[in-house]
Amino acid sequence: MAAGAASGGSAKSDTYADARTWLLLPAWAVLGIFILTPVLMMLVYSFLTKEFRGGVIWELSFAAYDQFFCSRGLFGDEPCTVEWTYINIFWRSIWQAGAATLLSLVIGFPTAYFIATRPESVRPVWVFLITIPYWVNLLIRTVSMKFMLRDQGPLNDFLISTGLIDSPIHIVNTNFAVQLGLFYSYLPFMVLPIYASVERYNFNLSEAAADLYASKMTTLRRILLPAVKPGVIAGCILVFVPSLGSFLAPDLLGGAKNFMIGSLIEEQFKGNAGNWPFGAAASMILLSMVLVILMIFARQQAKAEKGAG
Amino acid sequence: MARGKYDIKAFPGFLPMTILCLVILYAPLAVVTIYSLNDSNSITNWEGVSFRWYADVFTGPESEKFKIAAWNSFTIAIIAATVSTTIATLAATAMVRGGRFKLRTVSFGLISLPLMVPEIVTAVATLIFFNSIGFTRGYLTILVAHIAFCIPFAYMPISARMQGIEDTYEQAAMDLYATKRQAFTKILMPLMLPGIISGYILAFIISLDDFIITNFVKGAGVETLPTAIFGSVKQGIKPNIMAISTMLLAVSIIMVTISYFVSKSDNTK
Repeated sequence: MAAGAASGGSAKSDTYADARTWLLLPAWAVLGIFILTPVLMMLVYSFLTKEFRGGVIWELSFAAYDQFFCSRGLFGDEPCTVEWTYINIFWRSIWQAGAATLLSLVIGFPTAYFIATRPESVRPVWVFLITIPYWVNLLIRTVSMKFMLRDQGPLNDFLISTGLIDSPIHIVNTNFAVQLGLFYSYLPFMVLPIYASVERYNFNLSEAAADLYASKMTTLRRILLPAVKPGVIAGCILVFVPSLGSFLAPDLLGGAKNFMIGSLIEEQFKGNAGNWPFGAAASMILLSMVLVILMIFARQQAKAEKGAG
Repeated sequence: MARGKYDIKAFPGFLPMTILCLVILYAPLAVVTIYSLNDSNSITNWEGVSFRWYADVFTGPESEKFKIAAWNSFTIAIIAATVSTTIATLAATAMVRGGRFKLRTVSFGLISLPLMVPEIVTAVATLIFFNSIGFTRGYLTILVAHIAFCIPFAYMPISARMQGIEDTYEQAAMDLYATKRQAFTKILMPLMLPGIISGYILAFIISLDDFIITNFVKGAGVETLPTAIFGSVKQGIKPNIMAISTMLLAVSIIMVTISYFVSKSDNTK
């Protein structure tokens, strides 16, 4: 899947080869003007001087990156020491996204495996059931999650009625609530790639291992897991990357104490207190992180493909 | 390959995990749907079934705001899905039926760019872009942003579908003196229709559901349903929000279900 997908599959024929420039022109124009150019302009903005009521002054400045990485004392005239405020926000985001990814893996792997080992005719139905919630508005899903987890919400009511707990557990406005929200937002992304690779797995290999007296767990660990590793990695990336820059889950479920990158960026552009160059710089740093992750991933997948082929 | 106790594929505990997974995915949605029918002014106490909050969405004090937001949301989604599906269909034809060419990989990278760049970064970039060319933010900026980032979502099912269609059908038509244009409109397009419909529906849902990009590029006073809901939720979850959420949820599920059955239908045989 990976190598083929990375280049968009192969060309099936060249029937329309002579018209391809015209056919691609609208896509090039729209995406070039409204996605690529804006990203490049954001890079430019991150090196400009801030205007106090939002916006920028067209003067070259490294102030945004300086503010991000450097602490210069109360009056801003001391030599640069490391500023931890924003690095910590990024660090927390990485941690939260990582926890959400792990949670998705623990629930998603058994689910994907279970679906992939059902009879072929019912697999699409299971996959469909897993994907439906993804297409429901993310905002609505996050609000639903908040409603579920409230102190007087259905989850606490349920736990109290079963006698498991005496008083409500506070979940909303904790790190755990954000992790749950992220996990809930992107869980299908974990299941689908793992499902695809387990489905392609040749179970005769497990048979052979069992015939050689390998236990089930050994077979799982030594034979199946290495074979489906590309799917697992793909799933982890598909959950981790959008979690990293997410805004809704930390904003609605985390409260002010559990600030993540998304909220830090949003804050720079809302209202009059904003700092556009700083927001652009934070966005650039986030984008660079994501692109590095995706590049490492693409290289690994290409290697795995070569090894398999 | 079932060997009872020695079934090599089965792991104990995987079925419960799958059920747990489905419960986690659906429980919050089910809870909101149920509570939207609550005949109470508070969201905490259950006071029996009623549709009063649905009526409130259409006639209550906030109904005017929701009506305008719904109009914006649906018109933007329809226009954005139509334009992006058209662009994606043309692009897919070039990519899948255009032979090998130098800019192919670059073109694919450009098409999938909105999927790789984090949404909040796209939002910031688009805001900066419109600001620097001096374009007033409002309905039009939302529409343009939606058209651009919906393209890959429309493109994926369309190009997947086209990959699955052998070019013998068009070749046969052209052997019988159909022009390339006729082969495209009379042969390829009808065969592609399920892919195009899925692409259109996905683009529509993506546009209808978008919050982050819309939140950045909407001007003051212009709201779509997600931004209006977000604004309300900031002041606490109210029962009418549950009702409007349930309706949006139903729209998404119905459209995805249609897309599922359309994409399953195979008209090449």
